[in-house]
Amino acid sequence: MTDQGTQSPPDERPPNGRSFDGVMDRIAGIGEPIRRALLLPTLALVLALVVGAFIIMVTDVDAWRRMGDEPLAALGDMLDGVWVAYRELFIGAFGSVRALSETLFTSTPLILAGLAVAVGFRAGLFNIGARGQIFVGGLFALWVGLHVDLPAILHIPVAVIAAMIGGGIWGGLAGLLKARTGAHEVITTIMLNFVAAFFTLWVLKTSVFQEEGSTIPKSAPILESARLPTIFGSQYRINIGIFIAIAAVFFVYWILFRSTIGFEFRAAGFSPSASLYAGMNVAFLYTAVMFLSGALSGLAGATQTLGLPPYTVTDNFAGNIGFDAIALALLGRSHPFGVLWSGLLFGALIAGGRVMQAAAGVTVDLVIVMQSLIVIFIAAPELVRAIFKVKAAEAEPTQVTTGWGA
Amino acid sequence: MTLELRGITKRFPGVVANDDVSLSVAPGEIIALLGENGAGKTTLMNILFGLYSPDEGEVLIDGKQLELSNPSASIAAGVGMVHQHFMLVPVFTVAENVVLGLEPTEALGWIDKDAADAMVREISDRYNLAVDPDSMVEDIPVGVQQRVEIIKVLVRNARYIIFDEPTAVLTPQEVEEFFAIVRGLKEDGKGVIFISHKLNEALEIADRIVVLRDGKSVGEANPKTATENQLAEMMVGRPVELEVQKGLAEPGKVVLSVENLVVLDDRDHRTVDGVTFQVRANEVVGIAGVQGNGQTELVESLTGMRPSLAGHVFVDGVDVTEWSPRAIHKLGIAHIPEDRQESGLVLQFTVAENMVLDSYYDRPYSRGIQMDWDVAAHSSERLVDEYDVKTSRVDVPVSDLSGGNQQKVIVAREFDRDVKLVVASQPTRGVDVGSIEYIHKRIIEQRDEGAAVLIVSSELDEVMALSDRILVMFKGRIAGEFEGATATTTEVGLAMLGSGGSHD
Ligand SMILES: Nc1ncnc2c1ncn2[C@@H]1O[C@H](COP(=O)(O)OP(=O)(O)O)[C@@H](O)[C@H]1O
Ligand SMILES: [Mg+2]
Repeated sequence: MTDQGTQSPPDERPPNGRSFDGVMDRIAGIGEPIRRALLLPTLALVLALVVGAFIIMVTDVDAWRRMGDEPLAALGDMLDGVWVAYRELFIGAFGSVRALSETLFTSTPLILAGLAVAVGFRAGLFNIGARGQIFVGGLFALWVGLHVDLPAILHIPVAVIAAMIGGGIWGGLAGLLKARTGAHEVITTIMLNFVAAFFTLWVLKTSVFQEEGSTIPKSAPILESARLPTIFGSQYRINIGIFIAIAAVFFVYWILFRSTIGFEFRAAGFSPSASLYAGMNVAFLYTAVMFLSGALSGLAGATQTLGLPPYTVTDNFAGNIGFDAIALALLGRSHPFGVLWSGLLFGALIAGGRVMQAAAGVTVDLVIVMQSLIVIFIAAPELVRAIFKVKAAEAEPTQVTTGWGA
Repeated sequence: MTLELRGITKRFPGVVANDDVSLSVAPGEIIALLGENGAGKTTLMNILFGLYSPDEGEVLIDGKQLELSNPSASIAAGVGMVHQHFMLVPVFTVAENVVLGLEPTEALGWIDKDAADAMVREISDRYNLAVDPDSMVEDIPVGVQQRVEIIKVLVRNARYIIFDEPTAVLTPQEVEEFFAIVRGLKEDGKGVIFISHKLNEALEIADRIVVLRDGKSVGEANPKTATENQLAEMMVGRPVELEVQKGLAEPGKVVLSVENLVVLDDRDHRTVDGVTFQVRANEVVGIAGVQGNGQTELVESLTGMRPSLAGHVFVDGVDVTEWSPRAIHKLGIAHIPEDRQESGLVLQFTVAENMVLDSYYDRPYSRGIQMDWDVAAHSSERLVDEYDVKTSRVDVPVSDLSGGNQQKVIVAREFDRDVKLVVASQPTRGVDVGSIEYIHKRIIEQRDEGAAVLIVSSELDEVMALSDRILVMFKGRIAGEFEGATATTTEVGLAMLGSGGSHD
């Protein structure tokens, strides 16, 4: 502010010709074309694999011991370690029917919860509450699965819808609070996560859910008619949840880009004042989009309570999904297809990582490190672009020269 | 003894902002750099000031080559710049702002307050700036803040001073004061580069006018002989009709009737304080006034975007007070909002999405809850043609369009249906001459087709040119009413400052 020499050049318009530059929008990839939504996660994965290889080498203690005496052999050992680890990772993710089953099975709730966060981003909201919504949705489904007696053809849909309603209410609550009182959704969803987690812990110990004779927070097995049918027989865990997830991807795509309310979501996300001008009810939209977001998380909860053998539910059934979902939404550039692709990547990494740990002795924590790296690379797209020299023209929507200047 | 830019070329990705531009200023000379938004004026001056490095070309000051892309070198060589947006610390005094960034005047960088005050006073007296070194910057009007910027430049012993669109933020009276200051600088032997896109200002103040179009220098003009029409043609590249061509209004029935309207602003001040007026069919009523006298809140209230505290608004006899924006829109009201980038458009949306921004919820753009983007795209293409919006396609972000073309998108969207009442706020702010001509034509066309038109503008010229009747708003009230055909700039300008005016 002080020295004229250091002032940034003034102009009516920012240099790139777009005056929106919300940091969150950029990180979440809002407004990017689909091609980029698929390209960037892929590049980030490649980078993460490279860095991961480096980590495997650096942490190869045995090889380091030999480094003094036989440096070449030690280096060979390290490279061998990387090769074995990644081979097992790949085999564990794609190498067999079981591997594919595990990858898709693991991806299912990730895709659903990732969609939930992405929908929020599109409307300008940062839903950190997927975790809480998974809990509440999952509990709703669990209750239906335990206590409602219906033929499978009805039982599953009813349980799934219950999960959507439960998650939707939990998400919608944060939206309503924002619309009515202006409470920031980041704060409220974090708080609601705690409430949901402790409520789950408590309620699983009440007679409504707890397995008879059990002393830990663990439910009785749900009725068979409510279990999500497996696709390749009961020896493989993959179930129809993956179809629900894929259907949700298309549904969210339709909502966001083909429906009137999706148009309103996106308008409110970019510019609440323009939405108001256009006659949209922004307060309602905040509630609605958080309901939708919560309902999608609720679906993820349903796949956890209705689809996870042995079909008894413990208090940590939300696992890490709620937080991975945020990473996924960022990775998928908040585009439903990007989220699908990223969810499959993460699913493969996690499923493959388990096998890698068992077969190659590389700790599964490496997978978490790689996931984190991917997110860092995504949050710093400039970095990825610089490393891969993705041409600006390729990555940015083309600029129109109007002949009228600015 | 001159400042000379030679063959400056500056390329940004996708645009040549300056294309082989040459320009010179002598001490005691005022050059007007005229050009539409995006012509490359700011870029050229940022190069001169060392903020950008040119791809080609050189700058000579008194025959000596200036070290490029180094603001310190430019300042040392005597170049000063008053930017389009001021760079002042609001909670500092004038004197503190002036000495900020100067070499420390005492050990440990302590500021010698008395010396600073004396320095400011001396310059203020010499150039008749009437600036008090002790006032807090946030407490003084924009026009005075601008003079603080001038002092900052003079303190650094600038011999060549660049003003980037200095009049954009000033009222007509302040513009006159500003010109007096610039003439004082000229007499003192300073070379002045005055940037503007307003023709009358360039003609009034300049010794020489240089016109820039699409980054190229298209020639010079002598203000003694040049006409506005010639300059406009140089700027735009085709003949432009500057005078709004309109027949006499034959006002019909009352369409908009505002009665004793009271509206609070965000800080609960009664910014609209009992306003009553009518607008009839086939009539343009213009509301003139210095920005901030309640016009913004008045329009927001009329269009449903802001609740009113008391009073009534009738459209065609229907009481629409407190109606929602959508309900009012459906009645047949076209609203061109004051801030097109904030409210009028979703910048990240495509042209097509913006074309349906307030009508997407109904046929033909949607059926039930399903949007029909094919129809929206088709009708956008039609509107883009019909309203002369310069864009290659309708599926590019509207932020890629120039200000004038963005505004035409709004005009197209709002006028493409049965319009009873047009409420247009600053309809041509920041818009190029060619588009101004076009938008004005369309507004008059609406009037002639039977709409009632309410224009709110802080450009007095615009209000004068368009209106059949002029209302002046001052401190939340109507402070004067004039017949469009007979009003003079002076009397309306005075009423804008709260004095005079034939109150009805
Ligand atoms: N920093 C920048 N990066 C990219 N393009 C720019 C930058 N600054 C200006 N431009 C482009 O250069 C052209 C000239 O802009 P500018 O010099 O600001 O025009 P003016 O000041 O005459 O309105 C415009 O097309 C503008 O979009
Ligand atoms: Mg400029």
